[in-house]
Amino acid sequence: MSKAMRAPLPERALRVLVIVVALVLAVGPVLYGVVLAIRPFSAVLNAPLDLFPSPSEWDFSAFGTAIRDEADGGFGLGRFIRNSLLLALGTVVASLAVSVLGAYAAARLRYKGRNVVNGIILSVYLLPGIVLAVPLFVMLSRVGLTGNLAGLLIVYVSTTIPVAVYMVRNYFIALPESVEEAAIIDGCTLPVMLWRVVLPIAAPGVAATAIYVFMIAWNEYLFALLFLVQKRELWTAPLGLSQLTEISVPVTVLLAGSIIVTVPVVVLFFIFQRFLVSGLTTGAEK
Amino acid sequence: MTRAQRENLNGHLLTAPTLLVILAIVIVPFLAVIVFAFADLRLVDIPYMNLGNIEWTLDNIIGAMESKAFWGALGTTIAYATLTTLGAIVCGLAIALAIRRPFRGRGVVRALLLVPYVLPVIAAATIWRTMLNPQYGLINAFGLEFLGWDRPIGFLNTSTYEVFGVSIPLTLLTVVAFEVWKTTPLTFLFITARLQSIPGDIEEAAALDGASSRKILTQIVAPQLRAVVLLLILLRFIWSFQSFNDIYLLTGGAGGTQVMAVKVYTELITRADIGSAASYGLLMSVILAVLLVFYVLLSRRKETL
Repeated sequence: MSKAMRAPLPERALRVLVIVVALVLAVGPVLYGVVLAIRPFSAVLNAPLDLFPSPSEWDFSAFGTAIRDEADGGFGLGRFIRNSLLLALGTVVASLAVSVLGAYAAARLRYKGRNVVNGIILSVYLLPGIVLAVPLFVMLSRVGLTGNLAGLLIVYVSTTIPVAVYMVRNYFIALPESVEEAAIIDGCTLPVMLWRVVLPIAAPGVAATAIYVFMIAWNEYLFALLFLVQKRELWTAPLGLSQLTEISVPVTVLLAGSIIVTVPVVVLFFIFQRFLVSGLTTGAEK
Repeated sequence: MTRAQRENLNGHLLTAPTLLVILAIVIVPFLAVIVFAFADLRLVDIPYMNLGNIEWTLDNIIGAMESKAFWGALGTTIAYATLTTLGAIVCGLAIALAIRRPFRGRGVVRALLLVPYVLPVIAAATIWRTMLNPQYGLINAFGLEFLGWDRPIGFLNTSTYEVFGVSIPLTLLTVVAFEVWKTTPLTFLFITARLQSIPGDIEEAAALDGASSRKILTQIVAPQLRAVVLLLILLRFIWSFQSFNDIYLLTGGAGGTQVMAVKVYTELITRADIGSAASYGLLMSVILAVLLVFYVLLSRRKETL
């Protein structure tokens, strides 16, 4: 920006103030969680305002206690995380396999009923999850699919498909169409062209969508609560942590668990931040 | 086959898996909600139920419409959705405008501002519950020490709280603050994306012509943001209207935070009444559908004006 655009001092001061306050509010609670997770609970009770404990006071044992199995005196978070990981990875693979096809059709192909299909996908995206929870719970109990991870996987795949189609479609639209046309002229069939030409170019976008889907499955709570609450063996990480809150588990352990669950998504998100942000907000520019 | 025919066939083939999944897991269940809402059905009936032996009834819908709990939940939900939507948009706008001009470290600041959105809701709720805890939470400790509070405040289970003679729905406002905190990053991202696509030269020309920065903001930037803000109002309202996790994990529905989604859950699980839960869910969807139609009509009218 040129000198002419330089804002007057009060405006700049206000801007700095907004940014500083926003930063403190955004990051502060998370740092607070970290601090409490590494302080012994008795110390927290005595001095709740002491936010900068001396390194000699640090105690990382809560992390181990949270992760270890119940048999070893822990709370089984390691097992909950394994369940969540299985579910989230399964959801990513199945949801993307379906979505990439649908997204390509939505981005490039002119076929009968295209607008209807796009409309259906959008309205599904807006439909309340809690409303679907009632019949899905009833129907999946009827066929015996509640109480295992497969039932949950089916629900996660189907609820992430609409947003995945939407995101991948946006990445596909941004690709140059001429490469695909050249591949078709060279005699590629559509599936080969998709696999060999489109996917490699769109890889960053597809990866970003995969991360987003992973985050949704990793964070999901309502359906896990409905389907698995009776099966402690199969609890996912969010369900496990919330159930531990109900029984009297030390808050230090709960916070340590929360930090453990947070780290993978935050790391993934920041690696793919640029692609994710553009995928989520495409359409907002218009 | 002509090219157009082949494209048509390919389109159908590629879309088929998506549609099949949506049909099986979304459309059929949604039809089932409609059926259940008019059925006398409880959780214990699940092993025996089939389409032939449904006992049809209007009691669920009538029961919901006549109960105080329904209207209470609806009012709470509307208050919650309106406040969180406005809060997230105001905060998102302020931050997006503040961070608009490039400065050193902007990329890092922007990434850090997204933390509340990326944080798993269970972690966010656990941290907030700890922070607000009456015995050892930071907020109450701070209030007792520096703000002269007589006793700790139960932020998560106080339906009404007297402040200077005015009663405020304290817990509802707390869950609103939580949701605003968690969703502001998204509104901020959307608004930033829109701001970035406004060409800078118009503003520069206006500044050279002597327009004040306030005038530039209201006359040049604001009109460009109208569409994205309208879209955000719609999306945020629809999503917070159906919010379950955030409220349930913070309060479990206590302290006057029994919103519609929590009500559907308690009807289904605590009261084991499928029919009643479905009727609450159906009424929720109808309200959202009406809102959506209203929005579409509104945005169409704006376009023709």
